[in-house]
Amino acid sequence: MELYFHNFVFGIYPYIALSVLIIGSVIRYDREPYTWRSGSSQLLRRRQLMWGSVLFHVGVLAIFAGHVVGLLTPIAIFEWLGIPHEAKQIVAVVLGGVAGIMAIVGASLLIHRRFFDARVRAASNISDNLIIVLLWLQLALGLGSILVSLNHLDGSEMVRFMAWAQAIFTFDLNAASYVEGTHWIFELHILLGLTIFVLFPFTRLVHMLSVPVRYMWRPGYQVVRAKERRAANLHIPAE
Amino acid sequence: MKIRAQIGMVLNLDKCIGCHTCSVTCKNVWTNREGVEYAWFNNVETKPGIGYPKEWENQKKWNGGWVRGKNGKIRPKAGAKWRILANIFANPDLPEIDDYYEPFDFDYEHLQTAPESQAMPTARPRSLISGERMEKIEWGPNWEEILGGEFAKRSKDINFEGVEKEIYGQFENTFMMYLPRLCEHCLNPSCVASCPSGAIYKREDDGIVLIDQEKCRGWRMCVSGCPYKKIYYNWSSGKSEKCVFCYPRIEAGHPTVCSETCVGRIRYLGVVLYDADRIEEAASSTDEKDLYEAQLKIFLDPNDPKVIEQARKDGISDAWLEAAKRSPVYKMAMEWKVAFPLHPEYRTLPMVWYIPPLSPIQSAAEAGKIGMDGAMPDVRSMRIPVRYLANLLTAGNEKPVVHALERMLAMRAYMRAKTVDGVIDEAVAKRVGMSGQMIEDMYQVMAIANYEDRFVIPTSHREVSEDAYDVRGSCGFSFGNGCSGGTSSNDLFSAKRTRTVHTPTDIFKERA
Repeated sequence: MELYFHNFVFGIYPYIALSVLIIGSVIRYDREPYTWRSGSSQLLRRRQLMWGSVLFHVGVLAIFAGHVVGLLTPIAIFEWLGIPHEAKQIVAVVLGGVAGIMAIVGASLLIHRRFFDARVRAASNISDNLIIVLLWLQLALGLGSILVSLNHLDGSEMVRFMAWAQAIFTFDLNAASYVEGTHWIFELHILLGLTIFVLFPFTRLVHMLSVPVRYMWRPGYQVVRAKERRAANLHIPAE
Repeated sequence: MKIRAQIGMVLNLDKCIGCHTCSVTCKNVWTNREGVEYAWFNNVETKPGIGYPKEWENQKKWNGGWVRGKNGKIRPKAGAKWRILANIFANPDLPEIDDYYEPFDFDYEHLQTAPESQAMPTARPRSLISGERMEKIEWGPNWEEILGGEFAKRSKDINFEGVEKEIYGQFENTFMMYLPRLCEHCLNPSCVASCPSGAIYKREDDGIVLIDQEKCRGWRMCVSGCPYKKIYYNWSSGKSEKCVFCYPRIEAGHPTVCSETCVGRIRYLGVVLYDADRIEEAASSTDEKDLYEAQLKIFLDPNDPKVIEQARKDGISDAWLEAAKRSPVYKMAMEWKVAFPLHPEYRTLPMVWYIPPLSPIQSAAEAGKIGMDGAMPDVRSMRIPVRYLANLLTAGNEKPVVHALERMLAMRAYMRAKTVDGVIDEAVAKRVGMSGQMIEDMYQVMAIANYEDRFVIPTSHREVSEDAYDVRGSCGFSFGNGCSGGTSSNDLFSAKRTRTVHTPTDIFKERA
């Protein structure tokens, strides 16, 4: 029975989660563009947001980049570069730890503000409340997993998760077997992470897909929209 | 030369009575929804005062508008693009809702449902955001109405710069004027420039600046980027909203709601032609005091055959060129030079123009000292200091303001001579650089202000750009897709559903 769940969570669920993430986001972008927003509440309350939001976002972005590079870079590349797993593990623990602490301090401020400030609380909906709590938990689990990692700084455990993540993206049907018997805190961290993927299209998290980097290259400062000139009699109802 | 047309507005402050009809009708049409209760696309401020939101004119505080860099190029005052993006997680220049005011309603129902008691029941205020009781309302959208509040607070108005403001704290010397404000639909809008999503745009055909509600992501940089603070963040939808210049009405040739309902008939709408290639040059003038003149230079004479020829090439229709010739905005702002842009020093090249108000002579006790310039009193002895008006309208350059006030006084003197004494006094007209005929035209437009003289709005011929057959039976304004919002209060993506139609049966259902 345990293997049954293990195979589901680590072999099947990732595909479900990624599918919901992609399809859900596409549908929302196409059908409900008016709901696609960052959902800032800075107007209602500035206090705690300045520090909270900056710490949270910078921390989370660093962690996100760390996870993408750390998990999805093929193991062979690290070996070819001559980076030992021990070194990578220590870098991950230190950088991840610093960024994780920044993010969780920020998230704590944001949670406090969201639940205890009358204005922000009233302007929040269930998904706003749920997602910040889940992100806080995810950060806590991630930071907790660092403590476990300190017991095996040789990086062996980490390599198993790399193999698993890469197996998911290379459609290796044995993906789940690579992480059998790992510490529960890692497993829970992954389960919650995948669940956040599932919830992604239904929450304000979609705003991260709209990071306005295009702004940097937008020519000039002004935007002018010309009236389209269609050909006359585009649509003739009598036909 | 690239000619574009814009519908501009002129407000004749000399006739504004501060009745707020423009604000109220605008609110009823555009911002009576959750999330924008605090937002007034049009509001009327009493000057001097710090305004709405508090101290909006103080760009040292809010960092709105543009600055000219050492290299002679302009950039948003909040910083170059990378600086704006760096502040995306928390915008240090964003006003908090208390800078506008916390929107409130009163518990009116309590007046009807209160049990019998010794004291009269009262309707106490309640926040429209949190729904909680507000013990005391500290600020509102028009808190300084007719000089309400202490002078010490109102005197933070930065238009007092260069004015001995202490004198005006005294009752005998005090002065006031009304300033109705709306989005300026600038030629060089800094909200557009600071929008990271590129959701804000200026329409090429009529110059109206709009926010694409489907592209806006709520990065809220436009709110701080606009020096007039005329972009409002809708805290419920998470999108920014602004005055839309009633574009559905303008397209159909109707005046905006604020203009249509103005009881003082102070508002004018008309087409002006300008050279779009010279916007940046005009906005980059070295000296702030030159900005007003620089802006005037980019407008084109609608009667010049060369301009007409080029305008046709640039796709401006004959109906628009005809309207440009009869434009009251062109007449007042460019021909007679009695209307001015609001705070040209923000370098946004605003397109809502203001005729400065005349005011009574400073003090009866000082009557002996009043400088009389022939039959006309010296405008410098008027109650409202010229410097104050200049700080508001010409970046502190007093000459054009004096010139305009003199022309307005000359109009009075001329018409008085004509109607009371039966004399045509060409000398009065000549002294202000006008002819009798020009003054009569000015009188017709500014004083008589007939509807058809105030509003010269060509229709925008939507049919050339839109297939009307596709939009038959559609629901006009809606949020999100389609007319039907379903029945649950929030949709799958946690946005509140907006009900646009409320039928009598709905009300019965709610009561049941």
